[in-house]
Amino acid sequence: MKQYNIQIDENGKLRHFLTTEGLKRQLLVDILDHAENFTSVGNRSVKKIPLLRGNTIANLFFEPSTRTRTTFELAAKRLSADVLNININTSATTKGESLLDMLRNLEAMHCDMFVVRHSQSGAAHFIARHVAPHIRVINAGDGSHAHPTQAMLDMFTIRRHKKEFADLRVAIVGDILHSRVARSQIHALTTLGVHEVRVIGPETLLPREVQNLGVHIYHDLHAGLANVDVIIMLRLQRERMTGALIPSEREYFELYGLTPEKLAFAKPDAIVMHPGPINRGVEISSEVADGPHSVILEQVSNGIAIRMAVMSIIMGNRFGNDEERE
Amino acid sequence: MKLRIHSGRIVDPASSIDKITELCIENGRIVSVGEPPQEFVPEREIDASGLVVCPGLVDLQARMCEPGQEHKGTIKSETAAAAAGGITTLCCPPDTDPVTDTPAVANLIQELAQLAGNAQVLPIGAVTPGLCGEQICEMVILSQAGCVAFSNAERSIINTEVLRRAMEYAASHELTLLLRPQDPWLAANGCAHEGAVSTRLGLPGIPEFAETMEVTRLLTLVEQTGARLHLGPLSTARAVKMIGRAQFDGLPISASVTAHHLHLSEIDISDFNSQCYLHPPLRTQRDQEGLRRGLVRGVIGAICSDHQPHDIDAKLAPFGETEPGASGLETLLPLSLRLVEQGVMELPEVIAALSWHPAKMLGIPAGTLSPGATANICIFDPEHYWTASPETLISHGLNSPVMGWELKGRVTHTLLAGRLVHENNL
Repeated sequence: MKQYNIQIDENGKLRHFLTTEGLKRQLLVDILDHAENFTSVGNRSVKKIPLLRGNTIANLFFEPSTRTRTTFELAAKRLSADVLNININTSATTKGESLLDMLRNLEAMHCDMFVVRHSQSGAAHFIARHVAPHIRVINAGDGSHAHPTQAMLDMFTIRRHKKEFADLRVAIVGDILHSRVARSQIHALTTLGVHEVRVIGPETLLPREVQNLGVHIYHDLHAGLANVDVIIMLRLQRERMTGALIPSEREYFELYGLTPEKLAFAKPDAIVMHPGPINRGVEISSEVADGPHSVILEQVSNGIAIRMAVMSIIMGNRFGNDEERE
Repeated sequence: MKLRIHSGRIVDPASSIDKITELCIENGRIVSVGEPPQEFVPEREIDASGLVVCPGLVDLQARMCEPGQEHKGTIKSETAAAAAGGITTLCCPPDTDPVTDTPAVANLIQELAQLAGNAQVLPIGAVTPGLCGEQICEMVILSQAGCVAFSNAERSIINTEVLRRAMEYAASHELTLLLRPQDPWLAANGCAHEGAVSTRLGLPGIPEFAETMEVTRLLTLVEQTGARLHLGPLSTARAVKMIGRAQFDGLPISASVTAHHLHLSEIDISDFNSQCYLHPPLRTQRDQEGLRRGLVRGVIGAICSDHQPHDIDAKLAPFGETEPGASGLETLLPLSLRLVEQGVMELPEVIAALSWHPAKMLGIPAGTLSPGATANICIFDPEHYWTASPETLISHGLNSPVMGWELKGRVTHTLLAGRLVHENNL
């Protein structure tokens, strides 16, 4: 089988946005620059620009989500697109209709873009490989694989606070094993050329051979946070306790929960991030989550600008191609 | 019918023959290799110049999906594919539906195969009824009904006491067990080798030690019970090493590997290619090397197809939701011949691993061209290039991870008990 990057079109431009892995640095920077232009739209009295007027975007959420879905919806609406929200609880697909049949139906309704969230790693790739050629796909989270728009909004937030990526030390703390956000962040950070990426957690929450992704491993929060500019805390799912991965929330918070005392190990101007939703008292204390170092709410509003940027870039590339063909 | 095959390179590892000569067949049996008997007047002749004539291949593990999953494949369709691949003897694992845990199912499989007439199909009986791992099956009655070995298919026998008793019982009646080594707890939910690629793709992993852990448990019990055990298909280099040591210590252990595991590795799933979702999973390049070395050193005696045909939908879903397994009957020979091309093994060694060795492991009277033997014969053109595609493959399962590959070596004739069951004039 021919090996190619499915998210890139024949002109080297972004066709789908499925993962931050394997993309050129300039492509990621373009997304950040575009997002910069969109941040002001939310502050206007009329929060709309007509870039995607007449386009239909379907939000296909096979997994429950509030934040990601609403920010995608807002982003699409601010670009004047028509939005279709389809929440498919996974049991509905097992009722007999296969994923492919559902896609065919949506294609028949003349959708232009699918925003997909699915519990299986590789679901967005699968969909991108099988949709009609004019349809674009954005991955809004697939299993433990990737969540590229979340990673890009984090890069955007970091750039706004730290300006340059080159000198930064970034620590990602917690359940890396199950985190699609962490994987996408690691690829984006290494592509953008930060000085060092660290992952901090017990061996049970780190994937095998994670160092191959270009990160340094720390089991101790104190050592891992030393000299760090950016701290990214990950959500700890409650069900991890049952799988013998960690003994209890209490012990986890003791070792890896971010408190003001532990925050003091990092650089004095370090920022604290979290993809949300946060578990107060499990991975982060309220003092830190609501404190001066926290940029957690900023991440959410940046999420809209980033998603507007990605949607408009991808649809813009599509129009470019169509014109060429004509 | 009297048949003479002449001018071909006859390779029979069982009698160490490798030369250009002729072979005569009468009444379904081989009567001579070399000089034909006096007054032998053939009714048909096959000119095998430029071709290799070898024993019909013996495949230790191939699913035909009948009874139970006839929408994926039938004994008729898959034995036809086997014949096209030069395979004349197929052993089919007991995970049929119903499970092959009664003589009735074992007989049904053999009768359907006889009716189709493309290849000999030998059932592998279940070790435990329903593969539940709680009691042991009537292994002696099943072996009288034609079962050549006993297996629990994909399901591990978790209860070590049941496993121990099954081995003791098999040992006392000189029956062979054929087990797939995989620890069920360590492999739970996993769908890819736990390592660099599964980490990148965010796929739940199956660690290497899921295999070696189970091999340890099985070897310990073999040491205690003396049961004859065949392990396979293997996926890790470390398991090969452990089995090599056990063989050196004199334990009655044999092992097999699939042709796919000799040529593919975890890298091949890296764009979520569900055709490469196999059980056991494709592992690292180093494991692939270890499996090849094991084959060269004779620790692994047999190459099998582990054929698992699927309907198209079974592979059309996100990776973790697809069904594991690959169609492999027709690519077994050309993929194995690649080892000759790559300088890993000599042709007679490869043919031995595809016929004589697997037959010997399960005590099946096949895999040889010696006079008196049933005339199960495979004739192939070792220089013929072809491409695996839906047009060139016969099996109902088009789920081949090597679809689109250019392969070298193609079967021209397959004879089952002296009868031509496949002919392809290239």
